[in-house]
Amino acid sequence: MAEFLVWPALIAYGEAAVAYAGELRGPGIGGRLATWGVRIGWLAQTALLIVQAFGSDGFPWGTWAGALNLFVWLVVAVYLVWGCTPRYRLLGLAVMPIAAVLLVLAWAGGGTAVDEGNSSGVLLGLHAGFMLAGLAGLTVAAGMGALYLWEDRRLKRRDSHLLRLRLPPLGTLDRLEARITAAALALLSIGIVAGLPRLQGRFDVSMAFTLVLWALVATALVLRREAGLQGRRAAWLQLSGVGLVAIVLPVTHFAS
Amino acid sequence: MIDLRIELVGVSHHQAPVELRELVAVDVVGASSLARGLADGCEAVVLSTCNRTEVYLAAGDGGDGLARRATDELLRRAGGDAGGLERALYRLSDESAALHLFRVAAGLDSLVPGEGEILGQVREAFEAGTTGPHLDRLFRMALHAGRRARVETAIGESPASVPAAAAALAQQVFGDLDGHAALLVGAGRMSELTARNLLSRGARVVAVANRTAAHGEELARSLGARAVGLDGVVQELAAVDVVVASTSAPGFVLDAVTAGPTIKGRRGRPLLVVDLAVPRDVDPALAQLDGCFVYDIDDLEAVVESSLAGRRVEATRAERIVAEEADRFREWQASLAVVPAIASLRARAEEIRRRELEKAHARLERLSEGDRQAIEAMTAQIVNKILHTPTVRMKEAAVTADGVVYAEVMRHLFGLGEDVGLTEESAGGEDST
Repeated sequence: MAEFLVWPALIAYGEAAVAYAGELRGPGIGGRLATWGVRIGWLAQTALLIVQAFGSDGFPWGTWAGALNLFVWLVVAVYLVWGCTPRYRLLGLAVMPIAAVLLVLAWAGGGTAVDEGNSSGVLLGLHAGFMLAGLAGLTVAAGMGALYLWEDRRLKRRDSHLLRLRLPPLGTLDRLEARITAAALALLSIGIVAGLPRLQGRFDVSMAFTLVLWALVATALVLRREAGLQGRRAAWLQLSGVGLVAIVLPVTHFAS
Repeated sequence: MIDLRIELVGVSHHQAPVELRELVAVDVVGASSLARGLADGCEAVVLSTCNRTEVYLAAGDGGDGLARRATDELLRRAGGDAGGLERALYRLSDESAALHLFRVAAGLDSLVPGEGEILGQVREAFEAGTTGPHLDRLFRMALHAGRRARVETAIGESPASVPAAAAALAQQVFGDLDGHAALLVGAGRMSELTARNLLSRGARVVAVANRTAAHGEELARSLGARAVGLDGVVQELAAVDVVVASTSAPGFVLDAVTAGPTIKGRRGRPLLVVDLAVPRDVDPALAQLDGCFVYDIDDLEAVVESSLAGRRVEATRAERIVAEEADRFREWQASLAVVPAIASLRARAEEIRRRELEKAHARLERLSEGDRQAIEAMTAQIVNKILHTPTVRMKEAAVTADGVVYAEVMRHLFGLGEDVGLTEESAGGEDST
């Protein structure tokens, strides 16, 4: 059953990614098709997660592939909040292809199947859920950062089509990026606290990485507030941070 | 039967130069008074803007001579230039007149496609007109078409002038302009127009720098800003978000050497510099600095050209919307031909039902109040159900050329409008009770 739900989600996410590329030529049917692709794909993936949750004895997303599956769902959920409004549709160009590829990876790694799950209990679920939600927030903030850099480049190049293919204003993107990062930091904090009892006095490399990540995000927010870190520099920092997480986190958490 | 006739007589920028248009132009009060004067036994609305003066007339009885009346009035107002005006006048009737009004309301007949003011002007004309059921419906549907064109397409979104493009760019950088500060360097006409565009979008002008102090102070006062000298411009750069430069200085007023350090001190906080001057006031090297966006007059004109091209593309989509709405109006107009027949049929059926109930009164008296009400409701329901399909079919047929024939057939079959003896009908009906 669960496997049958992966395909609608994948097809819909893929369709959305292609349709967003069509939206680049001008607002119209492409954008609407893309939005419906995101909605349908997200609903299919939600159904998949529900089937997995009821079919497993424990926490079904404890493996790297399972975590990736949940992560993709959270990223698309955060994106859906803005993605349905015309001005933020093009954010889907950054988000949906990645979501589709990651879901394929999750499927290939067995993260979309129903198995016994990890029986470590509620705290693991809370820890993984909040951490992944925080990371999803950081990913969408990085998407905003990418959009900022693109729009900044168009403004610098004095692109004459600037007002025909309208992206969200720079100021709005910068503010949203900061707000989403702040929300992500709160989620990461809760996730870390929920994960502490599982350590039982041990301190491993995954915990160290998580704390470093938390400190980096917190520092970026403090610098933004106190030292005026914003605009291009903040966007680059956000993208670099998420890139670093994408490389290091799988190694520290799932290498064994 | 209603024989609705709509006539339009007008003059617009397409055929008439301003010298002719101004002869017949009227303000809202004048439009209202002209409409009242023309609405002798009919409905009249006068739409007068800087690009057009149009008289819309409608009558439900065929309205012979409506167009002649409006033409004569416009020619009378033209006085000695009546001949020139007559050659520029256009006359449209019924569906063509309706479609024209819908295109006007959508901004498709404007000098700049999709310009925003026309919809408000159509509304004003409608409110000032002497309207009845026909022009009321026509103008309401035209306003609806105009709103749809603007909501469902991007025809009115892009700027159509350099000052508007500058303000739109500022919004593209900062989003909401509320609380954002602008500095004017130069107090010329273009500076002022750009400043007014920025003000209308929520920005505030904090300072005006000009070589001639008196002129700068005058503009500053009118914009609620303070006047500064040209030597104070660099200092102002630290605090403002938008700079509009438009002086006649022969060289750069803002160059990278003097302004660069101040802009670097903003630490990437965006600064939009709009240079409207020729020769340029702003060193293009400033555009290399982080967060600083410099647009000269050529850049802005390219943006406007692209926007107008976009409007033309959107105009084809808006034309489809207008055509849909014009079709709906045509359907409504056609349905008028069968409405009286439908109303007569329903009235006849209701009268028969009521009489039959009255005749059965003696037998119904034995029933309780609740039962009597149930019978009352049931008979009404039967009449409605029997008449539902013919009513729908008549309205459908009205859209086609057969509508009038159907109406006539129904009148003939049911004897509508004739003095058919209801007693006789009732006698026949008694068999079934």
